[in-house]
Amino acid sequence: MITPATVTNPWAAAAMIAGVVLTSTTGEVTIASAMKSIGDLDAIRARSGMGGAIRAVLTSPRFFAGVFFLAVAFFAMLFALNHLNLSLAGPATASLMLVTNMIAGKIFLKENVDRRRWTAVALVCVGVYLLAH
Amino acid sequence: MKIASSQPGAGAIHHGKLDKSMAHRKLTPRQYLILGVVAISAPLGDSCLSRGMRHMASISLTHPAALIGAVFTPWIALGILLLIGFFASYLTALSWADLTFVLPATAFGYVFIALLAKFWLQEAISVERWAGIIVITLGVGFVAQGPARTEQPASVAEEAPSEEPVCSQVEPR
Repeated sequence: MITPATVTNPWAAAAMIAGVVLTSTTGEVTIASAMKSIGDLDAIRARSGMGGAIRAVLTSPRFFAGVFFLAVAFFAMLFALNHLNLSLAGPATASLMLVTNMIAGKIFLKENVDRRRWTAVALVCVGVYLLAH
Repeated sequence: MKIASSQPGAGAIHHGKLDKSMAHRKLTPRQYLILGVVAISAPLGDSCLSRGMRHMASISLTHPAALIGAVFTPWIALGILLLIGFFASYLTALSWADLTFVLPATAFGYVFIALLAKFWLQEAISVERWAGIIVITLGVGFVAQGPARTEQPASVAEEAPSEEPVCSQVEPR
């Protein structure tokens, strides 16, 4: 039988979501940076086979640094799901992570975050506000 | 726009970058498939985790070891398998596209996760929350129309030009 999610106060819910978002963003930006430096995995696989592609990823220290932060984010998400509804915790963390990743992607990865992408961030913020109600 | 008009000599360089980014915009069917796997497997995995965690007693920060034990329950294990598939696809996508492109482009998973939550986990979703999911999906779909990858200059100190100035600059006189 499925038990209902534990009811927590809004600040506790916000803290759980913030913990997931911050650790996950750190991990994702680190991993994205590692994958950029490794290069196109499809091309590597065509050249050196699946083993070559796996080796290219597993020999990157930056990749493991990213995995560490994603592992922390994973357990933070497990903890959050134990207390919050999936339909709140899932979209809230995912959409907030989109915002933080856009900012981090522009600052740390020098990605071209143009007006179109910033507009989308604003729409996501509105969506997150609606999700919280 | 101001930068483009004040640096006429940079036009050819920017034009070259535009051509490169345009080339990346056309993804292959295989790349679309990978983005689809990223979009679907993540919410499916999360739903398995959610279902698994609901079957467990409430876990507190004073007993963190209970989280480790949760990994070996069937629903959590299935969720982890799905998330491993997600992660492999995600890494592949990140190797040929921007992080700020991959995340929005795979955002249709939000709709999928809402349907899973409603029909599988029997969670109630209010009208406001549905509206939020739709607005988020609109926003991220908007982003996905852009180029998949930023062409990085050799020196990271060089600021990447935004889309609009580049487009307006290449208009013939």
